[in-house]
Amino acid sequence: MNNLAPKLSHEEYEKNFAEIHPALTHNQAVAEANRCLYCYDSPCMKACPTHIDISTFIKKIATENVKGAAKTILESNWIALTCAKACPVDVLCEGACVYNGRGEKPIAIGRLQRYAIDWYFERGMPPLFKCAPKNGKSVGIIGAGPAGLSCAAELALMGFNVTIYEGKSIPGGLDTWGIAPYKMSYQDSLNEIKLVESFGVDIKIGTRVGKDIAVAEVERKHDAIFLGVGLGSSPDLNIPGEDLDGVCDALEFIEKVTTRKWSSINVGRRVAVIGAGNTAIDAATEAMRLGADQVMMIYRRSKAEMPAYEYEYELAKNDGVLFHFLTSPKRVLGNGKVEALECIRMKLASSDASGRRRPEPIPHSEFQIPVDMVIKSLGQKAGENFLSQIQDLKTENGKVWVNPGTMQTSNPRYFAGGDCTNGGKEVVNAAADGKRAAHGIDKFVFK
Amino acid sequence: MVDLSIDCGGIKSPNPFWLASAPPTNSAYQVCKAFEQGWGGAVWKTIGEPVMNTVNRYGAIDYNGQKVIGLNNIELISDRPIEVNLKEIAETKKLWPDRAVMASLMVESKREAWHDIVKRTMDTGCDGIELNYGCPHGMSERGMGSAVGQVPEYCTMITEWVTEVSTIPVLVKLTPNISDIRFPARAAKKGGADGISLINTLNSVMGVDLDSFELKPSVDSKGGHGGYAGPAVKPVALHMVSQVAIDPQVNLPISGIGGISTWRDAAEFFLLGATSVQICTAVMHYGFRIINDLVEGLTNWMEEKGLTSIGQIVGKSLPCITDFGNLNLLYKTVAEIDESKCIQCNLCYIACEDGAHQCIDIIPHNGKNQPRIREADCVGCALCFLVCPVDGCISMVRKDDGAEATTWNELMKVLPQPLTWEALRQFQAKHGIEIH
Repeated sequence: MNNLAPKLSHEEYEKNFAEIHPALTHNQAVAEANRCLYCYDSPCMKACPTHIDISTFIKKIATENVKGAAKTILESNWIALTCAKACPVDVLCEGACVYNGRGEKPIAIGRLQRYAIDWYFERGMPPLFKCAPKNGKSVGIIGAGPAGLSCAAELALMGFNVTIYEGKSIPGGLDTWGIAPYKMSYQDSLNEIKLVESFGVDIKIGTRVGKDIAVAEVERKHDAIFLGVGLGSSPDLNIPGEDLDGVCDALEFIEKVTTRKWSSINVGRRVAVIGAGNTAIDAATEAMRLGADQVMMIYRRSKAEMPAYEYEYELAKNDGVLFHFLTSPKRVLGNGKVEALECIRMKLASSDASGRRRPEPIPHSEFQIPVDMVIKSLGQKAGENFLSQIQDLKTENGKVWVNPGTMQTSNPRYFAGGDCTNGGKEVVNAAADGKRAAHGIDKFVFK
Repeated sequence: MVDLSIDCGGIKSPNPFWLASAPPTNSAYQVCKAFEQGWGGAVWKTIGEPVMNTVNRYGAIDYNGQKVIGLNNIELISDRPIEVNLKEIAETKKLWPDRAVMASLMVESKREAWHDIVKRTMDTGCDGIELNYGCPHGMSERGMGSAVGQVPEYCTMITEWVTEVSTIPVLVKLTPNISDIRFPARAAKKGGADGISLINTLNSVMGVDLDSFELKPSVDSKGGHGGYAGPAVKPVALHMVSQVAIDPQVNLPISGIGGISTWRDAAEFFLLGATSVQICTAVMHYGFRIINDLVEGLTNWMEEKGLTSIGQIVGKSLPCITDFGNLNLLYKTVAEIDESKCIQCNLCYIACEDGAHQCIDIIPHNGKNQPRIREADCVGCALCFLVCPVDGCISMVRKDDGAEATTWNELMKVLPQPLTWEALRQFQAKHGIEIH
């Protein structure tokens, strides 16, 4: 890289990556829990994709039955800690809180959920659930991300033998590798994995299906298979200079940051992030917090079309990230190393197939921005190679097709959930999918 | 211009807010500080027999995060010698001639003992005496406090001993730990009391520690009942104050006590017959400074209502008090939900469904679950109205035209006796009342 941002001190890194929403103290949690109206059939519960009985668990915190609160949460969602910390609560449970209707601050549901689950993990996961007697059936799960873990836990409790095949050396998928450290630590994800393993789930790490183990072998071993394989890397920009030193993929960059070895991560003084989704925001704010002088987000549409959540946008702005809307990258310039990004101004034309207004370049409006690093964040490519090895597996736009009620794919022995089926949504959607698929599998196997 | 000054049984004060005989009136330091901040009067912490307190003496009950909605104590009367208290009372009165300074007394049930302390008390120049017949703990085991208040004959006897020597007004403070508060009040009247103070604290056990299984508060692993006070006791106090106020056999000025924390509470006590109010727990929780809002809030409210003196509101609500048998059985209200204000918490639904008469449905509406009253089935019990967390969202709307009114007592004169369910059903059917 051309101009490396100087490394920060240990204290500066710790400060920059400190949790945005620290844990509630006991007093804070009980006070906040007492504020909850204990709605009946509450809107927050309905807004949660996993339908956690939120008002019930909150009332349990208020009575200091924290163990009961943890049980209520986990009964609905095995990925409860990650969800508590990484969920876009503003648009889910907290957005639905009736206090909004009374013009007041919603209940801090995410932080209360975290309080209960932290309590549970801090006390070494006191047993709350009992696995049913073994039913003699076996399920293979491909991918140890939130969808796979959720499906595995649910199946194991029902009495299935469950094996998860995970290509990476540490399980957890994006929960472990893809969430900004100021939201949660990868250690939280590892705790959730321990919980799933405590139900007897066998996680085979470093085992990539289609490479380290054949698809046929997996099919032979199990009565049903769940695909929780997520998505692939960010698509190429398809512009000249993309292979220069200093161009990288957002997820790869974020993965490095989650390892918390911040001083070993190189970041340029001036960084351009291409894209404006939630992942792009994470990459931009993380680059800022690693010590970059200036981080710019390059997005070809306007703010209105930006896929990132409003609070993520606010977070980036508060970090000093600059936004170049209606700007599209045209070339990465440099001699071996990135030196500048040539962009062109855009304007919005009529709506395209996605319903969003189509950006069009404004002729002769090219300009150059001197940068040392370019982070690509154009979403993730769907369709892992090995999926093509599965017979009769129907995909739509690269997404695995499923029956939304059972999560069964077009190949009846295969079920799927999470990003590989929805094209990239929240952890909580993956958790809900995995659980639903488990019940779909149970019905299928014992039909 | 609002004038808050009062005369309660001959005791005058610039405003009706007195500190109750309790820890906040333990010393001249405290009472003088309270007067500086605007309190109208103070009843000194009860003085009398030698006592010794335990170290911890208070227990509190919290509810849904609100601290100290109720406070109990096993503290005894003043644990400082009589002469120290009397000296400080005299000094305080001298410094604050316009405020009501009262001494609360409790000595053993001997005529000479009472004569002696009453005379010594009068020497301080204080404005009045309050007889403590109320403390339900400790002192009662020694035959004082509520042991007196629970036996009307003792009330009369000791009050007589006091009034036969006292030349200053005597208030008698009653215990609520009795089945009918009017009897000790009448007994005090008979003994020559100039006024009644009520209520003292309620017998209570505050709680049990779920780790040690000991009572709260626990004194070296042991405990017992104590006197319960604070916001939680206000409804009990309002009832007892009104009972004494409407009793023609009592007909004495009342100093209202029991859970008064705000000017709103105080106004309710005045409306139910109190001329002054006494406050303790709210001061123990927040300090003397609450007097500012007590005076200001009451003044503003009275101004708004066009009232100029406390006398205009004392007992104003008493005519509303009647027996159940005199209530109009044909008064009909139903609940109405203002859907523009509803936040869909559905607390009205579950309260009605599980706790009342199953008259609310949940109707999916614009992607939300909207509670709707089935008016035909609504019995008008108002439970939904009470649990609704949004002001003005549920209202109880009158549906009868007021033309007909029938009370139970009137009905019993009309219907054949002995009363049958069938006769009652016919009356209900005639008026479109369906019991379900």
